[in-house]
Amino acid sequence: MEFGFKLSPSSAVNLDQVDLSLYERLAAIEPDLRICMACGSCSATCTAAPFTGMSVRKVILDLQRGKEKEAAKMLSGCMLCGKCTMVCPRGINTRHLILSLCRIYGTKAKEEGK
Amino acid sequence: MSKDNIVIIGGGIAGMTAASRLLRLGYTPIIVEESDHLGGHVAEWHKLFPDMAPAQDIVQRLAEEVSAANIFLSTRVLFINRLHDTYIVMLNNGVSIQAQAVLIATGFNLFDATKKEEYGYGIYDQVLTNRDLERWFTTGDDPRLNGHEVKRAGFVHCVGSRDVKAGNTQCSKVCCVTAIKQAIELKEKFPDAEIWCFYMDLRLFGKKYEDFYINAQKDYGIHFIRGRVSEVSEGLDGRVIVKAEDTLSGKPVKVTLDLLVLMSGMVCNATINPIATSLGIDLDSDGFLRSKDNISHIVSSGRKGLFLAGACTGTKTVPETIAEANSAALDIHLYLTEGK
Repeated sequence: MEFGFKLSPSSAVNLDQVDLSLYERLAAIEPDLRICMACGSCSATCTAAPFTGMSVRKVILDLQRGKEKEAAKMLSGCMLCGKCTMVCPRGINTRHLILSLCRIYGTKAKEEGK
Repeated sequence: MSKDNIVIIGGGIAGMTAASRLLRLGYTPIIVEESDHLGGHVAEWHKLFPDMAPAQDIVQRLAEEVSAANIFLSTRVLFINRLHDTYIVMLNNGVSIQAQAVLIATGFNLFDATKKEEYGYGIYDQVLTNRDLERWFTTGDDPRLNGHEVKRAGFVHCVGSRDVKAGNTQCSKVCCVTAIKQAIELKEKFPDAEIWCFYMDLRLFGKKYEDFYINAQKDYGIHFIRGRVSEVSEGLDGRVIVKAEDTLSGKPVKVTLDLLVLMSGMVCNATINPIATSLGIDLDSDGFLRSKDNISHIVSSGRKGLFLAGACTGTKTVPETIAEANSAALDIHLYLTEGK
């Protein structure tokens, strides 16, 4: 019987259950990852953003909130043009960061047999 | 040595700095301090941003510089009457002083964090204010922290600041950088701790503040979440559960903490208001005393012989307060020498 009601899963982020291991592994080789101040310059200048939703700001935020899959998925919308690196006011080498993240996440996915 | 009497109300860093300058200009100022010690709020502080200078250094240096002044501790001004070009200052110890100039340097009060009941100060032992934490850094003694290992801590910015309902629309200016300073100090004490700062905006306007912020992020791994804490509750294990919105991801966020520090803001020290208003000084829209104007005459009250310095006219940093006190001392000297 369909009553037209459904249970929605909570979208709340519980920081007690967030696994930051990937974020910490990435921060170990890309320490500038930590100094993002979420200004959004990278997303605003991104050539791919209007078409794929790519945003380096969101990728970093997702990693900080333990949403690795979302971050990895978003990276597939990046063309690696490097414009974000040019505009970052904190001087984060975002293109290099994306490559490092792909490398780490690729290894992790392999470990998990994906 | 000038015979002119100058009464300085308030023996914090503003009053002491002005007294020190006036002594060097040949006056013997009279400091009236309500508490039993000089140094005001800064005397209770551990280290000062952005260079982590010990607060005691500046208080002790100023105390030495003003030792030749007349200092009344544990004394209050009852009232001040204007008599021609002088002021009759009546103290609660029975002394009355005929002063040619009066400097109001009564500073600020820390916002009473119990007013923000949803944050649980005074209800949960794990919730401290910035002042409590600073005292603990200095004394190492707080029953709420003794013997506890801090593994997870949070800082709530803007407690009682930018809050119309709390009666304070003003930004307290120093809390953003103080939270960063205290987070770094806490991280140094507990290197394995995870620390979150909950902010609405980070206002790091001063010299080297932004570098301090980058240090906190990069070298200390302190996390910053944009979103104002909405409520704090106690969990079964005795820790506190903090709720906010992570406004950057647009999702509610929840975290369990051993320690939550509330960054109580600066509010006006209203004890001087009846005296100030009786002398014709108005209150500004933020509740602080109104300067003649807020750009070039901050230390002037607009009344002859009556001057203002430091946080009695608004939220101030330590260097701003010191600069104003120096400026007020010079203005007083010019007033007394160039004719009233």
